[in-house]
Amino acid sequence: MDIFLQQLINGLTAGSVYAVVALGYTMVYGIIQLINFAHGEVVMIGAMVAFSVIMALAGAQPGLPPVVIVLAGVAAAVPVCMAVGYLLERLAYRPLRHAPRLAPLITAIGMSIVLQHLALLIWSRDPIAFPQIIPLQVFEIGGAAITGVQIAIMLVSVVMMAGLSAMIYRTRLGAAMRATAENPHVASLMGVDIDRVIAVTFLIGAALAAVAGVMVGTYYGIAHYTMGATLGLKAFSAAVLGGIGNMAGAMLGGLLLGVVEALGAGYVGELTDLCHASFLSDALVERCARDGHLILFGSNYQDVFAFLVLILVLVFRPSGLLGERVADRA
Amino acid sequence: MRRVRGFLHTRTGLWIGVALIALALLALPFALAAVGTAWVRITNLAILFVFLSLGLNIVVGYAGLLDLGYIAFYAVGAYAYALLASPHFGLHLPFWLILPIGAVIACIFGVLLGAPTLKLRGDYLAIVTLGFGEMIRIFLNNLSRPFNVTNGPQGIALIDPFRLGPVDFSRNETILGLDISGPIKYYYLLLAVLLAVIVINLRLQDSRIGRAWQAIREDEVAARAVGINTMHMKLLAFAMGASFGGIAGGMFAAIQGFISPESFVLVESIMVVSMVVLGGMGNIGGVILGAVLLSFVPEILRYTVDPLQQALFRRQVIAPEVIRMLLFGFALVLMMRFRPAGLWPSRVRKREMAEQE
Amino acid sequence: MTLKQGLSLSLAATVIALVSACGKQEPPPLPKAEAPKPAEQIVTVKIGHVAPLTGGIAHLGKDNENGARLAIEEANARGVTLGGTKVKFDIVPEDDQADPKVGTTVAQKLVDAKVAGVVGHLNSGTSIPASSIYSQAGIPMISGSATNPKFTEQGFKGVFRVVGRDDQQGPAVANYLASQSKPKVVAVLDDATAYGEGLANEVEKTLKAAGIKVLPREKGTDKTIDWKAVLTKIKGKKPDAIFYGGMDATGGPLLKQGRELGIKAVFSFGDGACTDKMSELAGQAADGLICSQAGIPVQAASKRFLDGYKAKFNIDPILYAPFTYDAANLLIAAMVKANSAEPAKYLPELTKIGFEGASGRIEFDEKGDRKDAEMTIFTMKGGKITPIAIIKSGKTMSVEDYMKMAGAAPAPAAPVAATEAPKAPEKK
Repeated sequence: MDIFLQQLINGLTAGSVYAVVALGYTMVYGIIQLINFAHGEVVMIGAMVAFSVIMALAGAQPGLPPVVIVLAGVAAAVPVCMAVGYLLERLAYRPLRHAPRLAPLITAIGMSIVLQHLALLIWSRDPIAFPQIIPLQVFEIGGAAITGVQIAIMLVSVVMMAGLSAMIYRTRLGAAMRATAENPHVASLMGVDIDRVIAVTFLIGAALAAVAGVMVGTYYGIAHYTMGATLGLKAFSAAVLGGIGNMAGAMLGGLLLGVVEALGAGYVGELTDLCHASFLSDALVERCARDGHLILFGSNYQDVFAFLVLILVLVFRPSGLLGERVADRA
Repeated sequence: MRRVRGFLHTRTGLWIGVALIALALLALPFALAAVGTAWVRITNLAILFVFLSLGLNIVVGYAGLLDLGYIAFYAVGAYAYALLASPHFGLHLPFWLILPIGAVIACIFGVLLGAPTLKLRGDYLAIVTLGFGEMIRIFLNNLSRPFNVTNGPQGIALIDPFRLGPVDFSRNETILGLDISGPIKYYYLLLAVLLAVIVINLRLQDSRIGRAWQAIREDEVAARAVGINTMHMKLLAFAMGASFGGIAGGMFAAIQGFISPESFVLVESIMVVSMVVLGGMGNIGGVILGAVLLSFVPEILRYTVDPLQQALFRRQVIAPEVIRMLLFGFALVLMMRFRPAGLWPSRVRKREMAEQE
Repeated sequence: MTLKQGLSLSLAATVIALVSACGKQEPPPLPKAEAPKPAEQIVTVKIGHVAPLTGGIAHLGKDNENGARLAIEEANARGVTLGGTKVKFDIVPEDDQADPKVGTTVAQKLVDAKVAGVVGHLNSGTSIPASSIYSQAGIPMISGSATNPKFTEQGFKGVFRVVGRDDQQGPAVANYLASQSKPKVVAVLDDATAYGEGLANEVEKTLKAAGIKVLPREKGTDKTIDWKAVLTKIKGKKPDAIFYGGMDATGGPLLKQGRELGIKAVFSFGDGACTDKMSELAGQAADGLICSQAGIPVQAASKRFLDGYKAKFNIDPILYAPFTYDAANLLIAAMVKANSAEPAKYLPELTKIGFEGASGRIEFDEKGDRKDAEMTIFTMKGGKITPIAIIKSGKTMSVEDYMKMAGAAPAPAAPVAATEAPKAPEKK
């Protein structure tokens, strides 16, 4: 039981990060039906900028409390990422808003390559180790270990999601965003400045990405100029799983994906041990006696479990868990 | 100019044009070999990417189904070849037998992918195909235990080259005073297969099937209403696209002599999609142009960036490989910025674009 | 002299050089256009180097390149004469992006450029397909980091490596673990790459042979930084030791998260994660880890190499730089012995060479593998990896004993001496 709980905690922490990144994908998609494939790189830039600031502060002012240093990192990362997000929209997406649907996909790939290699130039090829400034605090819950950083990540994610929901459903800007998502043409007739709304959407997504970048950096203690691709792919899957374009779906999808990965890696291996069925043949009995196990799908298939769940969900609910509208602009 | 065009429209003019192109293509490897055999190799890989792009074009360009996991079929074809013609299982079947087998296996995988995803549209299909591509790679990477099928990340080495009687495609030899290297032999073989693939594609485009695909792409509901079996047609697109990928994969395995799962990563799928989109979806000429450009540009940059930098600044300011990647990224953005429908769009697409304006 | 005049002059020089080169049928000392005095002819000998310079392990690629570059520049500073003419070595660095497809293209490019020898590639996955191209062209290649046994077992001539094979290193670290930590249950993990899996397989084999229970293999990828799920599963089975076959960029987070989960087992690694980066990535958790490096490792490499590297590149070598440094030096040493930079002439010398390198004494067996390669076992102490034992000819000895033995050996004639080696790490 304590192992199950531990896996749940593992999954929820990773899932919180996925969810925050997935929000960036889903917001942009909701408004202009575009997959911002370069979003993962924005997360990477966030982690890198925060690293530089944290490194400098931890070196210059060793007396500062770690929380202050990390917050300073966030404070630096957010505006930089917002600038990157804005530039992305301005240079790569806005000129192509009426182009065939796949054209922005290529510009996004181009921008990913550019951002990655700019980061390589600035922060080197090495994997960067975040300074270990946060003392390790481990709390016990029902036999499972949870660290202070994990608690902070989950809390921050929940706060950011709540804040975002409030913004979208309670403010004029939020109303304008929803109107644009519903029908940009009509929204513009009602006096909504479409360009501005879209730019703001990118800015908010980039700010979320910046925070996610800092989370990843401090939790795993490492950053690398190629880290955005993997994370972006996971978060994008999460957004689709929940129903792309749907905010609550992105959160649900992120958390679910994190938990599925953790439980998949934790349990499927033992469930697919052929030795449970070794009565099938003598050869199996012999190998089981020699090796003790004959696992078909171990933790090496962790990503397969995640994709399988995604595919199964989509086969039965073709627009994701919470998605309603079907994107039909092929 | 107009006179030239007029001439090209006459029958003899057309044939002369074709003959000139054919002659140029036949002479090309020797011209390239004079610069460096590496260029023949690069050309061969470019032709393989032309195959892949043409195959993907059936799925994306004709039928309008965005497939982000296309490289999986290439992988399946490559592994089919490698397993049947290497010391790994001790099997050494001839290539003219394995290539069709690889195509059939890839075709089966295409149907396997297509069947459950027929209901999905647009971006949902994209992510599922992406997941499928990654799953295939993960399986290839892990099927070394508990039973060793693919040899996992260690890959399969010493794969048989193509052999036709006494001719071994991987060896260099001198025939009639001409130095014929292994890559040159493969070039001619690839060229011949390429010709067949292009002819198939051209015939397909204007066939009933091609038009049915086009109808599905434009409006699936309307296509169903006029009596097109959209399910069958979509499956057929996946199956045909996949078999092209399978054939290309088999040839890749033979040319390389060694394959491992790291050759079939997501980036490769994205590259092939980029080739199709950049060149001009749905137009065979455009797709070929896209594949050739994206294969050659990074290599040309590899040869030119450093000398240029040395000439300009007399030292290395930025590592050449980083400039190469930066330029490549910017090139993708700029090309799409100014030719959003692709460099050489199909006529139908062009009309669509004009209507939208 | 105006620019125009200068241009036409150098053009004329080039034409003359070309004509004279064409006139003689024997071209060896091809005079360069910039060197007008025929008395001081300098022949350029190109040495290729291939490693990924972009992508996930680009930093290791650059490290490899730096090693080879240092060796080549030292040789140029020293001045080498082959066949009566002064020789200048030129490094031709290439980026194979760790992609086998690009690896063969780049190999062909080097063959076209008529390099005299190749140092590389970094990955086994690119070295194996490239080796057939080099061997067909008769160009020797020496990899400083391809550890997959298959690399030298394809039967190609002129394919060498100076780094230990997975099936030499794996048993070394596994035996050390078995004899020193005496675990009953060991969990073996890898990153599902050719390197990580290959090493982990050898470790598992050795541990099992020693009668130790090995848990079912767990795997991540070469990009995995979240190991919590896998570690939680392992924790439930209470292993006494954990071995991970993979690089430091993934091994560091693994170690950090293992301690966060309260796993007390001894963590052990292969050379990919045997770097100081481990303590940067995992903090305090890294202290006490056990890891192995093939040969005499970076920190224990000859002081001369370490100082030279630091002085030239202003950073410390990361991992395989001493090996690529040795590889380049081996090529040059063999050329000097054969008095020729022609592959066909110096290859026989290379096969029977005996050389004191930055990573210890190097001789090749008939396959092209390093004969009796030393293995070193390290532990992490105060943020630095520190050698604790050296394994040679199947015997484990302490570093001090090895020092005495190496000190007793006759002084090496080659430019780099290994005897000072073990002083370096203590110096910090």
